[in-house]
Amino acid sequence: MNKNRMIVLENVTKSYGEKAALQGISFDVENGELCVLIGPSGCGKSTTLKLINRMLEPDGGEILIEGRSVRDFKPELLRRKIGYVIQSIGLFPHMKVSQNIAVVPSLLKWERKRIGERVDYLLELVGLDPAIYRDKYPNELSGGEAQRIGVARALASDPPLLLMDEPFGAVDPLNREILQVEFLKIQRKLKKTVILVTHDLDEAIKLADKIVIMDMGRIVQIGQPENILSKPANSFVRNFVGTDRAIKRLSRFQVADYMNRASSTTIRRLKESNYKEAASRRESRFLWITDEMGILTGWIDFKNFKESDRLEEGITHVDPSNFAVRAEFTLKESLSRMLSQGVRSLPVTDEKNRLIGEINLSTIEKLTELEE
Amino acid sequence: MRRMRYLGWISVSIQIVLFSIIILHMKLWESFLGFIFGREEDIIYPRAPLSILVGEHLFLVIVSTLLALIAGTLLGIYVTRPRGRDFLTIVNDVTAIGQTFPPVAVLALAVPIVGFGAKPTILALFLYSILPILRNTVTGLENIPPDIRESAIGMGFTGLQRLLRVELPIALPVIMAGIRISFVINIGTATIGAVVGAGGLGTPIISGLVRNNPSFVLEGALVSAFLAIIADQFLAQIERAMRAPYERALSS
Repeated sequence: MNKNRMIVLENVTKSYGEKAALQGISFDVENGELCVLIGPSGCGKSTTLKLINRMLEPDGGEILIEGRSVRDFKPELLRRKIGYVIQSIGLFPHMKVSQNIAVVPSLLKWERKRIGERVDYLLELVGLDPAIYRDKYPNELSGGEAQRIGVARALASDPPLLLMDEPFGAVDPLNREILQVEFLKIQRKLKKTVILVTHDLDEAIKLADKIVIMDMGRIVQIGQPENILSKPANSFVRNFVGTDRAIKRLSRFQVADYMNRASSTTIRRLKESNYKEAASRRESRFLWITDEMGILTGWIDFKNFKESDRLEEGITHVDPSNFAVRAEFTLKESLSRMLSQGVRSLPVTDEKNRLIGEINLSTIEKLTELEE
Repeated sequence: MRRMRYLGWISVSIQIVLFSIIILHMKLWESFLGFIFGREEDIIYPRAPLSILVGEHLFLVIVSTLLALIAGTLLGIYVTRPRGRDFLTIVNDVTAIGQTFPPVAVLALAVPIVGFGAKPTILALFLYSILPILRNTVTGLENIPPDIRESAIGMGFTGLQRLLRVELPIALPVIMAGIRISFVINIGTATIGAVVGAGGLGTPIISGLVRNNPSFVLEGALVSAFLAIIADQFLAQIERAMRAPYERALSS
């Protein structure tokens, strides 16, 4: 057996009375992989999740964690080794934040000192100041804070596996985006094996290493998000991912991987003070202008620039933080910015607004070509 | 908010001190009741001092409420567990009968079996007070949000750990409210114990009725009413303190 496979489901079936909820589900999740189960309500995605930590028992098939059947473990002991986050989070209202996070470590009878250190570490990990939040009660938290605590609690005993049932579903859209980004950062750092259930396709595309699309108790397609978007297996998936899948797919790609670096010769740039050079670079139409520190200040379009004009008059000055994109932006965001600015290429800047490269519409266009 | 709680305890303490002074100093009673009824006849029930009557009374109420507390919470826990859920309706019905059955009738039926005295009275009070405690235990446990139960299961609590560490602490203020209701009602109801010789504050009331002496009746009635008011406030304070800090945080 492949050692890398953390979770294996083999032909798992489950029915509630007459109604078949799962009709033979098989997939596996590799160590450190973030697998998203997605599909319309009633497709069996939450049922699948609950079978893994034995909140439900399957009627048939086999579920293996690290090569061992989940039936080999006592349910309670199994669950203590698996982080679990639900949509409504379910923090215990009578316990302080620190006690909530410490639940599983104290069930596992960790020493008090170790638990305290772990709680502080986790609060910092999810971006909350331990000194402020340790002694708060859940009803003193905002939805976003409670969700962060929920994640910290699930990670408390450092389980290798995390099950998340619509973890960001109850948070408002703005905070959801922030939490998703933060969760991705945590996940890149900790490399947990995560199985996440959602009905939000954008969330799945943003987070998943692998997407499992389900419908009516069956798996319809398994694959990387970009592959599912470019090659939907059938009309159900095509409808499910929507007609804008070409654009959705762009959110899988980062500017950093597709930009022309400032160090390459193809990029045209000029220090504002260096007027003489402008003439020699005139063969190309656009020129990014920076100051002495390399900070983007504007651009020149030589199409409307006459020999007699002074260079300063040809410069279109821009606010770099609004105009340029950053290396960590997705191509979807870049495209949106290009369209709203009405340009075919955009400068890429670092966190100090220094020009580090350029991203072109033609590059993005190539990525949106899909196979039908 | 914190200040308010503090004031609550002070007010209850003052009332308890005042109450103790009144029942321990019979002269005060004598002059008060004498002022109302004139001095010619017996003013104060002569056969027992008030402190003894209050002691007997509290004994009846505390023992019966404690028994009801044990039986009510255990039954309440049992019928909300998966294996006891089938009994929820029947237990509710039986305890409802216990409450609708008049305590006097319970006394009448119990005396031939257990004899006169405190025993039949405690039995009647016990049956009478088990329902509020049971009902509140069931309500408190049933009203725990399903997501809290689900996350407790998902984190690996055993059934008993879940009950003791999550469900009972959350339900505790509601259970306490049931105890308070039972206790206060029992203070009033326990006066009938005097009919079967259980003593308590019913004794001067019965005696006053028999001897046509309203001053005796007033003595027993006023003191038991006062006792009920103080007990109610005292238990309400405990209940408030139990409404764990999380609820205070919300309201402050």
